[in-house]
Amino acid sequence: MLKELWNDAEGGFHPASAPDFLPPAALREVQLRRLRAVVRRAYDHVELFRARMDERGLTPEDIRTLDDIARLPFTVKTDLRDTYPFGLFASPMSDVVRLHASSGTTGKPIVVAYTREDVEVWSEVMARTFACCGMHRGDLLQNAFGYGLFTGGLGAHYGAEALGATVIPISGGNTDRQITLLRDFGVSALCCTPSYFTHMVERAGELGVDLRALPLRIGVFGAEPWTDAMRAHIESAAGIKAYDIYGLSEITGPGVASECAAQDGLHFFEDHFYPEIIDPDTGEVLPEGAEGELVLTTLSKKAMPMIRYRTRDITSFITEPCACGRTIRRMRRIGRRSDDMFIIRGVNVFPSQVEAALLAVEGTLPHYQIILTRNHGLDQMTVEVEVTPEVFSDRIGALEDIRRRLAQAIEQILGIRVDLRLVEPRTIERSQGKAKRVIDRRQDS
Amino acid sequence: MKLQQLSLFLENRPGRLGAPLEAIAAGGINILTLSLADTAQFGILRLIVRDWEKAKRILEEAGWIVNLTEVVAVDLLDRPGGLAAALKILEGANLNIEYMYAFSLRRDDKAILIFRFEDPDRAVQVLLDHGLEVVDADELMRHVPE
Repeated sequence: MLKELWNDAEGGFHPASAPDFLPPAALREVQLRRLRAVVRRAYDHVELFRARMDERGLTPEDIRTLDDIARLPFTVKTDLRDTYPFGLFASPMSDVVRLHASSGTTGKPIVVAYTREDVEVWSEVMARTFACCGMHRGDLLQNAFGYGLFTGGLGAHYGAEALGATVIPISGGNTDRQITLLRDFGVSALCCTPSYFTHMVERAGELGVDLRALPLRIGVFGAEPWTDAMRAHIESAAGIKAYDIYGLSEITGPGVASECAAQDGLHFFEDHFYPEIIDPDTGEVLPEGAEGELVLTTLSKKAMPMIRYRTRDITSFITEPCACGRTIRRMRRIGRRSDDMFIIRGVNVFPSQVEAALLAVEGTLPHYQIILTRNHGLDQMTVEVEVTPEVFSDRIGALEDIRRRLAQAIEQILGIRVDLRLVEPRTIERSQGKAKRVIDRRQDS
Repeated sequence: MKLQQLSLFLENRPGRLGAPLEAIAAGGINILTLSLADTAQFGILRLIVRDWEKAKRILEEAGWIVNLTEVVAVDLLDRPGGLAAALKILEGANLNIEYMYAFSLRRDDKAILIFRFEDPDRAVQVLLDHGLEVVDADELMRHVPE
């Protein structure tokens, strides 16, 4: 049964997947042991964490059971920004072998660090991710996640190598070449953002390449939210199984949770990342199965342990056992967040970043709105900015100039192209409560 | 020697031009001439009206952003080469024309053109020095219907 589900040509599981099947009691034991160690490590080496523990009159010895985790202080994204760049490191730089970075809330990136052991754990959880998606030694993986500061590319690369698959490190972009290699190499698995793959499917059609006729059978997609409707489209258009994976740089990058053959929720690799679901307003841990904000604790991270990191992603645990036989817990696919961050082309964007750019150019903050659309599978970000008396001129050139400067300021902070439109005063809807800054129309198409 | 021109920002989509024109029409204001500059995304409507202060107030009260610019009205001979000769003078004086458009009104054998200069005062001086006729706002208003 399992063999069939996993489509393992060698007739067995990769040994790295063993923890996925631990009896719950044994798993809890591993988690508690690691939790106590990581709390101790963070307390001894991370000033911010120690100060917060001291404030609460807590010591690492107070963590005696897994439930005691609820007594620990949360870590939030701004903590990473406030301690930029290296303030949350628990290892000396001589033990850090890798740094990655992602966008922050005010243009400052968020820096994450890995010791050699952290890279090994990351490789292991990514190997387990690929195994979860039915890959094995002998598979050819085209890794179209971006290589570089973004954790997606290198995370997938190391994981696929650890699994024993053959990696094609093509990185993102250059769609025609992606399709050529897909066809010529007989690629069997591919990973990238779901929106980029939708674009690839469309381009393949234009080039007259029938993806369904190729050996490609597995798509591993993550780094942005996508719907079941998109999955159905991708699977039928490309003749593959499409799997959702989850991760975030602050915790490790990709490799925190993954779908399995059942495609019914994502399994947490919870021997390394301990998940909780809390009420985003009160911070209380919610009963099993209730919907709330996902909070993660890195149980084995050395260079940069994260204790109760608030992901702002809204989900719930699935309480029923999974058909695949894994004992590690599952969450429902993430559809929304508890803050106003959105993800476009794998880049985390906060409206406050756009505001900072508009403010820098205009001096005062104009009324603006961000509109997200999906065109031929590619996400597009439009920023509408109301014209103010300060910037308005009777000369077209002056307005074109302000438009270009606004667009450039935003692009410089976010690193992605935006379509900037000047609109008439009072055309952007004002609401009594919170202004609706982001309109996401990507689900409509 | 200069005219006050009102400019309005408009999005380039159907129906946008009508609203401000209706607003000033309702205020009993007649448009003497106008020009529309546009890009794919947006446009600028430029208006010359008799009572520009009232028109500006009406438009601003209706929520428009109105820009006030000084422009120069020049009388040119309405015959081949009339405009070319004037442009040659401006070019010779190194005066930059931001934009220009024709006035809807013609008198005798003359046509009136509206010029937007970076430096309108110097432009007026240059034009006068070369014997061209710069039309005074009051005088212009006398020639247009109420």
